[in-house]
Amino acid sequence: MMRLLKDKIASKVMMLLTAIFVLVAVFIGYGLYMRSRPLLAKRSLWELITSEGWKPFKGEFGFFPFIMGTVWITVLSILIAMPLCLLTSIYLSEYSHKSIRQIARPLIDLLAGIPSVIYGIWGVIIVVPLIEKFIIPYSTEFSTGYNVLAGGIVLAIMIFPLIINIVTDVFNTIPQELRDASLSLGATKWETVKHVILKKALPGIIAATVLAISRAFGETIAVLMVCGNIPETPKSLLSPAYPLPALIANNFGEMLSIPLYDSALLFAALLLFLIIFIFNAVSKLILMNIERKTT
Amino acid sequence: MKSETIVNKKIAEEKKTITDANHNGNGTPKTEDGSAALVHENKDNQELIHSHITVKNLNVFFGNNHVLKDINISIPDKKITAIIGPSGCGKTTLLKSFNRLLDSTNGTKVTGQVLVDNEDVYDPKTEITHIRKKMGFLSQRPFPLPMSIYDNVAYGPKIHGLRKRKKLDEIVEHYLKSACLWDEVKDRLHTPATRLSIGQQQRLCLARGLAVEPLIILGDEPTSALDPVSSQRIEELFNSLKDSYTIAIVTHILRQAKRIADYVVFVYMGEIIEHGPAKQVFESPKEKLTEEYISGIIS
Ligand SMILES: Nc1ncnc2c1ncn2[C@@H]1O[C@H](COP(=O)(O)OP(=O)(O)OP(=O)(O)O)[C@@H](O)[C@H]1O
Ligand SMILES: [Mg+2]
Repeated sequence: MMRLLKDKIASKVMMLLTAIFVLVAVFIGYGLYMRSRPLLAKRSLWELITSEGWKPFKGEFGFFPFIMGTVWITVLSILIAMPLCLLTSIYLSEYSHKSIRQIARPLIDLLAGIPSVIYGIWGVIIVVPLIEKFIIPYSTEFSTGYNVLAGGIVLAIMIFPLIINIVTDVFNTIPQELRDASLSLGATKWETVKHVILKKALPGIIAATVLAISRAFGETIAVLMVCGNIPETPKSLLSPAYPLPALIANNFGEMLSIPLYDSALLFAALLLFLIIFIFNAVSKLILMNIERKTT
Repeated sequence: MKSETIVNKKIAEEKKTITDANHNGNGTPKTEDGSAALVHENKDNQELIHSHITVKNLNVFFGNNHVLKDINISIPDKKITAIIGPSGCGKTTLLKSFNRLLDSTNGTKVTGQVLVDNEDVYDPKTEITHIRKKMGFLSQRPFPLPMSIYDNVAYGPKIHGLRKRKKLDEIVEHYLKSACLWDEVKDRLHTPATRLSIGQQQRLCLARGLAVEPLIILGDEPTSALDPVSSQRIEELFNSLKDSYTIAIVTHILRQAKRIADYVVFVYMGEIIEHGPAKQVFESPKEKLTEEYISGIIS
């Protein structure tokens, strides 16, 4: 009797908790929407996300530069991080000796635990000067070291541990016998990795990429410290950028006397929320599709 | 130079006499002079060498765990050799040592030699891919590669440089037929191999292994995950393949060993206790341990 009761209570409690978490997400979205309504009442959604000018004093709120800033930096960081992390994971799971693995994994976890402001400082004192010294002089464009490239590099390094950990785990779940099957046919290790391991791990690699992108989208402090924060649409890797999270973090709580400014910042938050939400939903669908096809 | 050729020719002739003599059921060669004796010795040697796989003083350690102890064995050609022994005694390890599938990144240490056609598998100078190509390997459960049925069989030949579509088609058909799978899959060659039943997958793995034209087939309890009917088909396949291949399988099913083995190797706690023709080992084992294992006293 008691046991059944406990079982019932446990399942009810867990259901309630799940419901609360879902509700919190819904409330955040709803709250952001309510606070953005003053702006949405004056401008159409389409106009807000496609226009360029950002002059809050004059009532100009164009979010396109911020959206593009976010996209540039995120895409760049993934482009840098993905190949490097894949190679690292392949090395760790397929080539390295056990003793190296035992040292490398905790170090990578340590990397994951470093607060992002430290990555930001590291970007300012190392990455930005390096770009100013070695890349800017060869470019015809006028620019400082605070740009998309710096943001992309810092962000890439921040998401390394996440990707490496997930992808290495994915590789480790692949049964040894599958490797043996390929090797015993006379394939080299690299051929086995290329034709068998990567193929088998593809859904996992995509899932890791999705998580990394979500993480990169939302990363704020480190990026805002190195990317220049100028509200213009980036034209190249050396242009400064102003991603959405940086916009919110830099301005929220200040100059709220400007009409619609507060509403505009909350609209930026809503945009970020929606982009990540839609992105995750779409990638889930893609992933399901791939899994259905390969199994 | 010239005299050498003459000698060689003479040896060849003698060999012929010997084989002829053997054919007549008469063990002694007709000529009993010095050169024949030499030939004889030579022949013995050849027989010794002509086991594709010869293991000499092999020791395998997993960390501090001494898993195989001083193994010496030759696997007879064109026969089915069954490696039997209780669970955990090192059968899989022995089989995997033949083509260096023991993962060296996990602190595995191997000493001694495994000679495959007189090349030492553990010599760092040996090109392992070309030795592995000589051995098809079947694991305990089938592991189809993550690709279509067709690509599974074509994988090996492609890896070894074959590109011609028509030739590949032929190979795929031929080896799927050798593995008695063609009729069941010929209409869905390009669907994922994982959609086959387990029994079909194991036969696909066999076809995949045969497609690289090995001389040897290694099987690690290749029927243990299969239903009785599929197991029987695999056993029949082995029986039909033993005329052209040297087969070594690990099994812990004694009845299976009795059904199909020509030669038996009994392993116990990492040591080879006894090996010999199946009939002899099963009917009049020399060692007490073997007898106890066969009669089910130890397992
Ligand atoms: N990768 C490994 N790392 C460490 N120890 C291992 C490894 N593989 C096997 N062993 C150990 O080596 C010994 C022999 O294992 P092996 O798999 O060769 O036994 P087996 O005779 O095939 O057993 P079974 O009939 O259960 O398959 C066992 O004690 C096992 O625990
Ligand atoms: Mg085993």
